[in-house]
Amino acid sequence: MATREEITSGLAEILEEVAGVNPDDVAEGKSFTDDLDVDSLSMVEVVVAAEEKFGVKIPDNEVQNLKTVGDAVSYIEANH
Amino acid sequence: MSNVDVVVTGLGATTPLGGDVASTWDAMLAGRSGVRALTQEWAAQLTVRIAAELAVEPSEVIERVRLRRLDRSEAIALIAAKQAWADAGLEGTGLDPERLGVSFGSGIGGAQTLLNQDDILEAQGPRKVSPHTVPMLMPNGPAAWIGIDFGAQAGVHAMASACATGAEALALGLDIIRSGRADVVIAGGTEAVIHPLPFAGFASMRAMSTRNDEPEKASRPWDKGRDGFVFGEGSGAVILERADHAKARGARVYARLAGAGITSDGYDIVQPDPECKGGIRAMTKAIRDAGLTGADIAHVNAHATSTPAGDMGEIIGIRTAVGTHPVITSTKSMSGHLLGAAGAVESIAAILAIRDSVVPPTINLDDPDERLDLDVAAHKARPLEIHAAMNNSFGFGGHNVALVFTRP
Repeated sequence: MATREEITSGLAEILEEVAGVNPDDVAEGKSFTDDLDVDSLSMVEVVVAAEEKFGVKIPDNEVQNLKTVGDAVSYIEANH
Repeated sequence: MSNVDVVVTGLGATTPLGGDVASTWDAMLAGRSGVRALTQEWAAQLTVRIAAELAVEPSEVIERVRLRRLDRSEAIALIAAKQAWADAGLEGTGLDPERLGVSFGSGIGGAQTLLNQDDILEAQGPRKVSPHTVPMLMPNGPAAWIGIDFGAQAGVHAMASACATGAEALALGLDIIRSGRADVVIAGGTEAVIHPLPFAGFASMRAMSTRNDEPEKASRPWDKGRDGFVFGEGSGAVILERADHAKARGARVYARLAGAGITSDGYDIVQPDPECKGGIRAMTKAIRDAGLTGADIAHVNAHATSTPAGDMGEIIGIRTAVGTHPVITSTKSMSGHLLGAAGAVESIAAILAIRDSVVPPTINLDDPDERLDLDVAAHKARPLEIHAAMNNSFGFGGHNVALVFTRP
């Protein structure tokens, strides 16, 4: 079981690779679109990479609920 | 003839000869070849193992994250367009976006992306296919990205006329400005598909040179030993501008794009008309459109790709439409064949030939075909006062485009 911190840092790695987000900016309260400037196509890449990294399935109808990094961490924590 | 004067105020290019216009032009004047042996593993199984690859990788110019969502043909189109834009001094001039258009094409488009993503689809399944796949492979992608980067709102057009694409893009740009729809058009062509599939396809047609042991000698237009073209990648961009608009902002003017001629053969999907009838009509129209006669054309940057079948028809065409006097050259002898970018890069060579009063050489013309009865700047650059120069581009499908540039 990964901790919330480990999931956050894993997401930060993905966000840097896919969208060039500075890992220091990634925190649970940050919105993917408003704070981290991740557009819809990059978000799809983030989701697919996160599924692989954390061994979870994130259905498309879930993705719209993942507004912040914290939302994604909670979903991954609950489902992996 | 049109009463609207259109001039060239900016140039940009990234080619096998250099990462910008200056280095490309220097290499051409020095007679250097951009053709090299392919070092990719997949090349070993091919009959053609040479190509003219870019001198400067796009990753040296565009940052990594941006590059992930650009097909290589899009990336280099943006590089060339940015250079041209800066060269024209348009940055920060407050150009009305509704007066800016784009006319930019590719012969093959984003096939590199299509093939790479198909590999992912086969190996890893549909969910792993990149969400950027479609905008990366669509043939209007390069034009669209340029339009986005410069905020062009007067219309973004993507030509697809095989090896005539770059020239046709300039011809359309001329039409757009003449029609009054835009004051400035970013025009050009791009091509980047160094992948085994096009090598295999062109090789199956027996269209490519197999001079694998002497890459620098493989592209040899009009030489008896020519055995096909050399596949290359690159992009060329020019800024076309209404002359009075350029004058009003004090822009440096390289040349006028004085005339264009576009025709189609209606003959064969790959073979050019052996008598160059469509080419002759295109050249004749371009000269007339420029308000000139054949006698005025001092130099022709020929299409001449180094194929046994194609090279000599154009000679008949130039002799008929222009005359026996022009000094001709094929810069493909150095750059290889840049397909959809060829017409743009070679137009840049013709424009700089006017500016610098010099015809770049045709290298490797060691043993000219007996039917070559025109004056070629063989081996070495040839000093020549040029008032008017022509660029010819012909493409699979029977597309013929001739452009006439004149000294401003």
